[in-house]
Amino acid sequence: MTEWETVIGLEVHCELATATKLFCGCRNAFGDEPNTNVCPVCLGLPGSLPVLNRGAVELAMRLGLALGCEVRPSLFHRKNYFYPDMPKDYQISQYDQPVNVDGVVELADGARIGVERAHLEEDTGKSSHVGGGGRIHEADHSLVDYNRAGVPLVEIVSRPDLRSSEQAKAYVNELRAVLLATGASDARMEEGSMRVDANISVRPVGSSVLGTRCEVKNLNSTRSLARAVDYEARRQIELLSAGEQVLQQTRHWDEADGRTSPLRSKEEAFDYRYFPEPDLVPLSPEPAWQAAVGEALPLLPAARRRRLAAATGAGAASVAMVVERGLDDLVLAALEAGGDPGRLMVHAEHDLAGATGALDATAFAGLTSMEAGGALTATQAKAVLAELVATGGDPEAVAGALGYEALPGEVLAGAVDAAIAANPAAWDRFLAGDAKVAGFFVGQVMKATAGKADGKAVTALLRQRAAS
Amino acid sequence: MSAAVPGSTPLSAARIAAAVRRGERSAVEVVEQHLAVIAEGEPQIHAFNAVMDDQARRAAALVDQRVAAGDDPGPLAGVPLALKDNLCTRGVPTTCSSRILEGWRPPYDATVVTRLVLAGAIPVGKTNLDEFAMGSSTENSAFGPTRNPHDQGRVPGGSSGGSAAAVAAGFAPLALGSDTGGSIRQPAALCGVVGLKPTYGRVSRYGLVAFASSLDQIGPLTSTVADAAVALEVIAGHDPLDSTSVPEPAPRLVSRLDEGVDGLRIGVVTELMGEGIASDVRRRVEAAAEALGAAGAKVDDVSVPAVTYGLSSYYLIAPAEASSNLARYDGVRYGLRVDAPTTAAMNTATRTAGFGDEVKRRIMLGTYALSAGYYDAYYGKAQKVRTLIIRDFATAYESFDLLLAPVSPTTAFPFGAKADPLTMYLSDVCTIPSNLAGDPAVSVPFGAGDDGLPIGVQVLAPALAEATMLRAAIVLEDAMAREVST
Amino acid sequence: MAERITTADVVHVAALARLELSADELELFTGQLAAVLDHAADVEALELSEVVPTAHPLPLVNVLRDDVVHRSLDRHEVLDAAPSVEGHRFRVPPVLGEPS
Ligand SMILES: [Mg+2]
Ligand SMILES: [Zn+2]
Repeated sequence: MTEWETVIGLEVHCELATATKLFCGCRNAFGDEPNTNVCPVCLGLPGSLPVLNRGAVELAMRLGLALGCEVRPSLFHRKNYFYPDMPKDYQISQYDQPVNVDGVVELADGARIGVERAHLEEDTGKSSHVGGGGRIHEADHSLVDYNRAGVPLVEIVSRPDLRSSEQAKAYVNELRAVLLATGASDARMEEGSMRVDANISVRPVGSSVLGTRCEVKNLNSTRSLARAVDYEARRQIELLSAGEQVLQQTRHWDEADGRTSPLRSKEEAFDYRYFPEPDLVPLSPEPAWQAAVGEALPLLPAARRRRLAAATGAGAASVAMVVERGLDDLVLAALEAGGDPGRLMVHAEHDLAGATGALDATAFAGLTSMEAGGALTATQAKAVLAELVATGGDPEAVAGALGYEALPGEVLAGAVDAAIAANPAAWDRFLAGDAKVAGFFVGQVMKATAGKADGKAVTALLRQRAAS
Repeated sequence: MSAAVPGSTPLSAARIAAAVRRGERSAVEVVEQHLAVIAEGEPQIHAFNAVMDDQARRAAALVDQRVAAGDDPGPLAGVPLALKDNLCTRGVPTTCSSRILEGWRPPYDATVVTRLVLAGAIPVGKTNLDEFAMGSSTENSAFGPTRNPHDQGRVPGGSSGGSAAAVAAGFAPLALGSDTGGSIRQPAALCGVVGLKPTYGRVSRYGLVAFASSLDQIGPLTSTVADAAVALEVIAGHDPLDSTSVPEPAPRLVSRLDEGVDGLRIGVVTELMGEGIASDVRRRVEAAAEALGAAGAKVDDVSVPAVTYGLSSYYLIAPAEASSNLARYDGVRYGLRVDAPTTAAMNTATRTAGFGDEVKRRIMLGTYALSAGYYDAYYGKAQKVRTLIIRDFATAYESFDLLLAPVSPTTAFPFGAKADPLTMYLSDVCTIPSNLAGDPAVSVPFGAGDDGLPIGVQVLAPALAEATMLRAAIVLEDAMAREVST
Repeated sequence: MAERITTADVVHVAALARLELSADELELFTGQLAAVLDHAADVEALELSEVVPTAHPLPLVNVLRDDVVHRSLDRHEVLDAAPSVEGHRFRVPPVLGEPS
């Protein structure tokens, strides 16, 4: 039996977070009244001309530099095809000379996914299909709103480096993190400000030749993306296993049916007749501008993960989670203030999912030190942390106010010894190696100390007693 | 001249503006006088798609108010202005002489219109053209042809035929045209008026309905060289709404008109003086060379070899750009719609009914030149030829300040004489090279042909050298005036 | 040198350009386009591999505007020009298939 490998490349369109459109001064805003953010330029009225938005170029460069791309002299072309969404019946896009080339998206697990290009282009308007349940093929007619027409997009084209639906999802999440970190886009798939098309093919494991691909459109969430990749890979494998061929097609993902289906074949041949946009001049961001944009970049997610892992020694998954939550700066500051690395990470990963509220790095550090020194049990520490988030303050004072007196060592030892003495049969089982009994003793000691004992300390004492 | 309108002696824009600014004549009076001339002559000439009488009267009254209030209404105060009907005028139908835009009222003014109105000019009408400026005779208008005021059996040239005829007939002393391959200069020559195509980027294209974006330029048609200079000073200069606009203020032209041509080196382009150019036209160019020589210029022949490829490359580049520029006429947002069951079918029905044959031909030619498999052979090669033409002009301008050439190979031809498209295209051979190079050129009336019809000669200049070019043009104008009066 | 344009080519470009031709027009236009392309054979035949194409006569770069909001058009004015409108949107017949 042939084993198959799935090969995925993604084209991600992101609306840039500018104030205005790519070629005119109309507002770039989501959700406004239809056809209110329109002017001669973005309506494609006769005689109108485009003028490039400096802000859009800057955001595109910021994203490109964040992805490690080379920023190059670039050119806009016209991509000619008729569609009612598109006011001029051509799209101004970058073709063979894109502004950003050769970048990389580094995933949390260390995988590096190549980015072929990230180019600027204009968005289309938005059609609603009336009748036929909103399905394009069955609609009675369509209505067009041009508020979105001309909104700046970057199209980020990955290399076919992705190998699974999970990895495709991770790539999109990582890209979104970079877009948010750079402020280039709000990257909201549900509002359509980030849209993903997937090129999917399969090939026998070990083959280096790419199979025939299908491009899947209408993926409105990372969940749809993953489902569509799995569906499409399975479909193609079934075809090939049955000795049939995969046709190169554009396919539409139907979320409700959980299937892809070919888009109705075009009425005319595929021929965009690209040529240089004569209404615009070349774009060649000068080195000083590029440098300024590069210097203003924040530390990006991958670098932040590396920094946090190095500082705390924590595992990749924890590190990824803490960085994704944006808690890495707090953890690093608390570490600097003498906090316990392991406990800082555990709290950041499990106890600070919401906001960090009034918690500051010094208090966070103090909390973990108290915990490490045995002054607080894990349960107590959690309660103190919640209080620090809610109202702030000093961890020792909060612990005091909550009545969490540190249990003196001899009191704990006495309670352990008393529990052993009171339960000889259980103690014998512990000595015989039944580790489960430890929990019973911890429970007994907790009861005796009104919950002030630290379970780990109790276990340690039990082991000590057993060894002596 | 055998003007269509007896008794009308057109006043120059400069003289009208001077009189209105000094309060010697009212703008209302000037406009009424021109509207009367239009009312009398327009039924024969058909220079206009629309006459803007009411707007013109109101605008003239405003100019007079400003004069009365002691304001200066500007260098074109009270000057009646005819606008080619591919220039957007807010609220006033802008049709490009096409059914597909019939009735469309732009929600904005072209930059040139705004500037001219700010300078006191009074738009009196929208002039006829070959549909979407595609043609050399104004026969391709969906609303019927314009007639040449010098001989109503003949074409006025094109595509700015309505603008040229309007100036020649005394309907307005100033008109704007657009020139993509000669569409200002050729009708100016055929109607015996001055027509100037500025350097590409000198005048904002914002609000000019595009034909071929990398070639289109707006320019004035006037009865005198000085008027062309005044008008160009008003409309030229950087416009932030046009990315291809030269980042410089308008040049000083009027104050330099009298500097003469003494010491200027002027070359007659030999490639444009040979086969295909009528002998009477050639003789007038030679006469112009002599006149310039007599005024102190050093005149010599010069070869600009690549201009011979101009026509071929132009008829690949311009249709290619046009095929894309004209895609937007799809029946969705404005203009004509012919209903059909699907959007694609509606697009096709609309475009099939809305465009005339010449527009369809050029759209198809351009689509073909850009299509997969042909791009390199056609559009790609044509863009390279453009490089050659620019290079050869640059070489010529190392030895010459200006060049001299014919405008049109013949005088005005009869209606229907060039029904075959290629034959018509060949009439642009002398004007196209300047568009491909992006250089300025002006057509100056310089006498008549064997048939008594006007002949224009063309002065070509390097980019941004309009001032020098106009110095030579006015020398020719003066020489012609002397020739007529003696 | 590219092959001279055929009626099949003209059918193809007419479809791309959303134009419909009658049989007579197809015949006529094919001949006329062929004549123009024949004339362009002089350009086709040129050896220009070393020549850089000129897309534009003006050697400008980086013409940019600031990212500042300008007033948009009045919606009534915009929609008044439209052949068909519904719910403040431009109405079109059903759209079959995705953008080609
Ligand atoms: Mg794209
Ligand atoms: Zn706009």
